[in-house]
Amino acid sequence: MENTTNNYSHIKGWGIDADPTNEPTHPMKHYTGDDHKRLNWERPPLQPETVEILKSNERPNLSAVLGTSVPPTGLSGAIRRYAFKYSESSYGHWLPLLLADRVNVVEGLIDDLKQGHIPNIFAEKGWKADLKYNPKGLATKVLVTALATTAVLAYLRRKK
Amino acid sequence: MNYRGPSRVRVTHKPMPEIQHPSDAIVRVTRSCICGSDLHLYNGLVPDTRVGSTFGHEFIGVVEEIGSDVTKVKVGDTVLVPFNVACGECAFCKQGLYGNCHESNSQATAVGGIFGYSHTAGGFDGGQAEYVRVPYANVGPTVIPEGMDHDDALLLTDVVPTGYQAAEMGGIKTGDTVVVFGAGPVGIMAAKCAWLFGAGRVIVIDKLEYRLEFVRNYAQCEAYNYESVGDPVLFLKKTTDWFGADVCIDAVGADATGNALQTITGRKLMLQAGSATALHWAINSVKKGGIVSVVGVYGPTDNLVPIGNVLNKGLTIRANQASVKRLLPRLIEHIQAGRLDPKALITHRFPLEEAAEAYHIFSEKLDNCIKPVLIPPSARL
Repeated sequence: MENTTNNYSHIKGWGIDADPTNEPTHPMKHYTGDDHKRLNWERPPLQPETVEILKSNERPNLSAVLGTSVPPTGLSGAIRRYAFKYSESSYGHWLPLLLADRVNVVEGLIDDLKQGHIPNIFAEKGWKADLKYNPKGLATKVLVTALATTAVLAYLRRKK
Repeated sequence: MNYRGPSRVRVTHKPMPEIQHPSDAIVRVTRSCICGSDLHLYNGLVPDTRVGSTFGHEFIGVVEEIGSDVTKVKVGDTVLVPFNVACGECAFCKQGLYGNCHESNSQATAVGGIFGYSHTAGGFDGGQAEYVRVPYANVGPTVIPEGMDHDDALLLTDVVPTGYQAAEMGGIKTGDTVVVFGAGPVGIMAAKCAWLFGAGRVIVIDKLEYRLEFVRNYAQCEAYNYESVGDPVLFLKKTTDWFGADVCIDAVGADATGNALQTITGRKLMLQAGSATALHWAINSVKKGGIVSVVGVYGPTDNLVPIGNVLNKGLTIRANQASVKRLLPRLIEHIQAGRLDPKALITHRFPLEEAAEAYHIFSEKLDNCIKPVLIPPSARL
């Protein structure tokens, strides 16, 4: 087993940033007393709220800039609105958000179909790369999927 | 890049981003990375990752348009854009905690704004796109120095600083043994940077041979496959004279493999903050009084300390059992001087025979019990 103790000649810059005062808090936080300014700093101009922004109930206002990429919509949006009634410390916040994410996936599929776009799941999952780099894995996946589908179909037919 | 659901993305046309705030810039992306952290989003592990989002928090590009307040960069500049969206003016930014900006994320307080990292991190579209809106362009975007390779600049947006800070947060002292869990890009960089802080030995643990080989060469360190060493915690104890490492770095986070139970409960069923295998190993492999540095991303949890927020908020946790011998002389002084009155805490006294009741009362906080004392029969004579 290699042990590099006391042999640093091969390490360029060894020890160059060593700082005996570096305790875990030291390098990350430059103490200025601003901790106690609370919300009294001069706020930047506020971005107009052009889409619905869900706000954490752990802060009094919106931040000065806002991400507007995907505003909440539909059933998932309603679930997200509900989630934001709870603090980030509550599972009442996180579980509905995870549920909303799953509902949102179905909404995405419905939106695609409404727009006449049939999503290519094979491509979206990047399975094409398997053809080149993991054909065995892809074959297994296909086989398992086919077997599962056959089993389900056989079961349904038998029931009829 | 357009997220469609767990493990599903596609490329679509989205509207051109626009200046929405006087401090905004629009950057034409010239390079962007997929980060290991993106996989948490991709796998559906990060709450409030909405269908239609564009990921990507590691990117560089050319400034195409600037808002009226932007003075630090100009149109045509080639910039690297740090992954944090930070105002530079709030109490946290003023202290250098740019990852904790309070003016960049309305949707959570534990984490600041991050490009392309779910609505939990502000709902900003990321740089895995042609164009991206970059708020606070006077703060984050930095003109790439002339002569610097743009690939180097690209990695300065996240991987290098995160790896460096992982080592820095370890408080490494000269000669320390540092263990890094995870030989992904950040883990590799953390291993490399550990030497800069004077590490005496750097060990990396992963399971993929190609990554282990890479990190051995790149970071001139030891690297071991946890699948071939058996129990990695035991292995690390053994190889550190049964002490444990001085510093352990978790550079893995929620996607860790290596423990079936963690994988099922954390990654598959999402009943906890992801798989905390690397964190477990880090805590259990470090020496007593050692330091664990965490840069791995974890989600929310209800059955564990919210370790993800410990990371997001940049908290400092120091912990130990009391070293009584060290403290005794000073405490005796306090009591003798009347500055402390410990016996006032005792609220209940029980015969030893009633220990079960004593335990139950104490455990259930019955009868306003603060401190029970058991008295053996001989003492009652």
